[in-house]
Amino acid sequence: MPRLTRDRRHGVRFSLNGHPVSVEAEARLSLSDLLRHVVGATGTHVGCEHGVCGACTVEIDGAPARACLVLAGQVEGMSIRTVEGLEPEPGRLSVLQEAFRAHHGLQCGFCTPGILMTLDSLFRRRPDAGEDEIRDHLSGHLCRCTGYAPIMRAALAARDVLMREERHA
Amino acid sequence: MTANPPASGWTGRSVARVEDAALLTGRGRYMDDLPIAAGTLHAAILRSPHAHAIIRRIDTAKALALPGVTCVLTAEDVCRLSRAMTVGVKADVEAWPIAVERVRYVGEPVAVIVAIDRYVAEDAADLIEVDYETLPAVVDPRAAAEAGAPVLHPSLGGNVINERLFRYGDPEAAFAAAPRRVAVTIDYPRNSGTPIETYGVVAAYDPSDDSYDVTANFQGPFSIHAVVARALNVPGNRMRLRTPLDSGGSFGIKQGVFPYMILLALAARVANRPVKWIEDRLEHLAASVSATNRVTTLAAAVEADGRITALDWDQLEDCGAHLRAPEPATLYRMHGNMTGAYAIRNVAIRNRVVLTNKTPTGLNRGFGGPQMYFALERLMQRIAIELGLDPLDVIRRNLVPAGSFPYRTATGALLDSGDYQAAMARAVLDGGLADLLERQRKARAEGRLYGIGYTAAVEPSVSNMGYITAVLSPAARRKAGPKNGAQATATIGIDPLGAVTVKVASVPQGQGHRTVLAQVVADVLGLKLDAVRVIADVDTGRDAWSIASGNYSSRFAPAVAGAAKLAADRIAEKLKRVAAGQLNVPAEEVELADGRARARANPDNAVSFARVAAAAHWAPGTLPDDVDQTIRETVFWTPEQLIAPDDEDAVNSSLCHGFIFDYCGVEVDRVTGAVRIDRYVTMHDCGRILHPGMVEGQVTGGFAHAVGAALLEEYAYGPDGSFLSGTLADYLIPTVMEVPEPVILHYESPSPFTPLGAKGVGEGNCMSTPVCLANAVADACGFDEVTLPLVPARIADRLAGEERPSREAPAKAAGAEARPGERKLTGEGSAVVAASRQAVWDMLLDPKTLEAVIPGAHGVRKISPTHFLADVTLGVGPVKGRYRAEIELSDLQEPEAVTLSGGTDGALGFGRGSGRITLTEEAPGQTTVRYVYEAAIGGKVASVGGRLLDGAARVVIGQFFKSLAAHAGGKPASAGLLARLRTLLARRQ
Repeated sequence: MPRLTRDRRHGVRFSLNGHPVSVEAEARLSLSDLLRHVVGATGTHVGCEHGVCGACTVEIDGAPARACLVLAGQVEGMSIRTVEGLEPEPGRLSVLQEAFRAHHGLQCGFCTPGILMTLDSLFRRRPDAGEDEIRDHLSGHLCRCTGYAPIMRAALAARDVLMREERHA
Repeated sequence: MTANPPASGWTGRSVARVEDAALLTGRGRYMDDLPIAAGTLHAAILRSPHAHAIIRRIDTAKALALPGVTCVLTAEDVCRLSRAMTVGVKADVEAWPIAVERVRYVGEPVAVIVAIDRYVAEDAADLIEVDYETLPAVVDPRAAAEAGAPVLHPSLGGNVINERLFRYGDPEAAFAAAPRRVAVTIDYPRNSGTPIETYGVVAAYDPSDDSYDVTANFQGPFSIHAVVARALNVPGNRMRLRTPLDSGGSFGIKQGVFPYMILLALAARVANRPVKWIEDRLEHLAASVSATNRVTTLAAAVEADGRITALDWDQLEDCGAHLRAPEPATLYRMHGNMTGAYAIRNVAIRNRVVLTNKTPTGLNRGFGGPQMYFALERLMQRIAIELGLDPLDVIRRNLVPAGSFPYRTATGALLDSGDYQAAMARAVLDGGLADLLERQRKARAEGRLYGIGYTAAVEPSVSNMGYITAVLSPAARRKAGPKNGAQATATIGIDPLGAVTVKVASVPQGQGHRTVLAQVVADVLGLKLDAVRVIADVDTGRDAWSIASGNYSSRFAPAVAGAAKLAADRIAEKLKRVAAGQLNVPAEEVELADGRARARANPDNAVSFARVAAAAHWAPGTLPDDVDQTIRETVFWTPEQLIAPDDEDAVNSSLCHGFIFDYCGVEVDRVTGAVRIDRYVTMHDCGRILHPGMVEGQVTGGFAHAVGAALLEEYAYGPDGSFLSGTLADYLIPTVMEVPEPVILHYESPSPFTPLGAKGVGEGNCMSTPVCLANAVADACGFDEVTLPLVPARIADRLAGEERPSREAPAKAAGAEARPGERKLTGEGSAVVAASRQAVWDMLLDPKTLEAVIPGAHGVRKISPTHFLADVTLGVGPVKGRYRAEIELSDLQEPEAVTLSGGTDGALGFGRGSGRITLTEEAPGQTTVRYVYEAAIGGKVASVGGRLLDGAARVVIGQFFKSLAAHAGGKPASAGLLARLRTLLARRQ
């Protein structure tokens, strides 16, 4: 990893939702600030900046990560997915997103992008994840609106559809 | 989504929310997502590390010299450019959005730094030097109310800022006549709704017309707009306030952003540029707003059968360091409902409001209900136990009788509708109480701790804007003029293509207002749901609004949706008259349905809605004479029932009153004290339900808040006022693991007072659930008293009470005597050093040695033989910072003993402490170093690292002596023994 200096901006290149991004960033810039305020991808939200609330969760090289705890310079050459990359095409919701809408799995929607990224990442790796496993993954997210029950319902419904689709594929 | 409206209409159905597609795809537009003008600067706020101190001096020179910094605002600028914020009681105090001359709580703003970006602004904040003279702090409301307590506002002479006595009926006679008197005393803790999105403000100032333009994720009430405009010293029309389209939750909390609206507006004025500020999580937890903590003594006069004839309330409300608008409203919001769901005719109330060295309080979901019902419903359980009755019977016997609605309570509320007995009976049956009792019987037979709790509550909604004037005496009210009502407004506009837009000033924070309004208006106008667009964010410069606008007191469904219904009705009547001419039938024969205006008797005689609706734009000359226009209708609606408090202090504090009956079964782990909610049943009568899915979401969401308040959450303060829950790892919000799904039941008694028959919903469980869980835990464990939050350690200590002392006792015994009012760390230890006693002594007094052995020391300077200064870098948990340390040696008994005392200050906090070191030469060349220390720590480091401090201190101190031993033994000392010493000092300090 190149040595970064404090007073200079450094080039960072990575892939965001399949598109190449090349920006200049200070060494201390967080990935969440980079995505939101440099790239303009504001779908990733910041709730605590200390890794507890989970709102800023993105997928880095296939694994979920807290964007507030990652420095911009660390994602050089990596592949990042965010909530903006979940729609199959503009105006059409993914199975997971549709399930959240159908089951009222969100109210204010602020924690939702992080939750979607965690579940999307889980279902990609473990399409048959059980209820306890889903709950375990969701436990890394704080939601103040829903009381979680509708989120669980949405997650289970999405899993069922995804499993069915997989079987028919 | 169904394309055509069902026969029964859209309203009352769980349609998919129109809000969701954007929120699910990252297209939400929250405060921090809004585009900002080029050249907008960013602010950071320097905050007080002390709970109570005089500000002697603020030196901003170094901060201003940092490249990228535009300006720094201090109290001097704020006082010069604005006025103090209006205080809701008559008292000689001033409330400012920044600390003026003294700080009164940890986190109080001291300076605002404006810079090119937030990172630089925070760098600059670290460079500001503030010289504080600390004062004794008071955090306990009882202590604060006593004579001789440290006084926060000297002009007030004490800390009790308001006291009022109320008397309804003849409580003295009722108590004298009653065979039994049962009482409870409650300490209700502080907690907060903590939305996941924090506060945010963007402000601009235009000197050409002395006007401010502020965008903030404010939630209302817009009475606060008047407070802000007054503080900024401009007429209301030069204080434009806008809210973003989306808000990341509020639960009352974002009402408290208003002091920052003032602060950032002034920052923009001084900087002569727009300025943006987004609150961080530490700022939010430490200094945004919280619910009040309250000390309540409640006594009941009780007949032998459990019937209550009188209540005697004594409430001591802790509003923190300043009384900020609309406080002390938390204390008065429930004033009409002080008898809960019960028919009790005699009531005495003593209300006192006290100020303490804690964050000022404000709106929070439940707003006054959790504190009040905790006392009332704990009392109901105690009555049952003390009289040997079934708690369910005690509740039943006291409920407001069916058939007596609208019912005027003793304290003045007019309960609109309900049948509490029927709702309760349904809950008992449908919720499976018999099964729960059987589960309890079995569990107890197995020796497990299983309890059942009950709560009945009335949930008020649509606040009377005049209830807060109950804080004034009737004479003072007469002088000030009446305040009452709850203006709601809705506008319906029709564009030249006949499309319908609804505009309200409800500022939703995720509740789905836009969906429900589309349902209501689409029904009236006979349109498809997606034909109606709804705008719910506010621009005070352009929109219809009033002081009651906003999103609070559960007023949306009863008031705002009702106003939209009235506006739609009004425009529909006009459109029918327009269509009547086109269809050649009388207006009464016209109906709006399926996107058309048609003759009721002959649906084929129809014209499209758009054609009728657009006529006022394209051919106004064709409108009938009695129709002025159909382009825009704005309705203002305020319920006539919301009159001002009368001369007898009867207060109809809210328009609508839902009914809640909850019960639950919990099991308590005998060893760990953990509470498991086995089943929770919650019955709601919230009037007519407009969207079942959203009502369920409000109930489960409120329930989750309540589970947090009952089991986990507390804004913790040290006795010195240190704030100890500054991260979400310290302030524990329940996760999916802790929140079970409640069984939700409904009973619908439409409100006769609202246009749609709806009542508010969403706050109720915050009122009913904490005490219901507490009652269940009390039942499980046989506790007479229960204090929230019911964390496992607290319960385990109680359960083990007889066998072992509380866990605090040993620490107290071991520590040096702690002075009251300080958060102390204490410890002791020893190390063996391979050197003579004299050699060790010399090392301890030698800066070179100290520098070599203290980790992180950047330089130790000797001011005198017994006085050293140093810069130290020290990490505790997640927080690593630089500190200026000062160390003094005293009580020197060469070469046996010495006392080290000192202090450190840095951007991350401060510490003061001392330690006594004694040297004993056990054998030639072998010395035992013993130490005992005490330290007090505050500021950020205590807020975010509190749970790590004790452990970190012990490690650092232990390492220091280990390094000293190594150094003495001739081994190369690790880089920073001295730093450790220093740290030790710092720590002690």
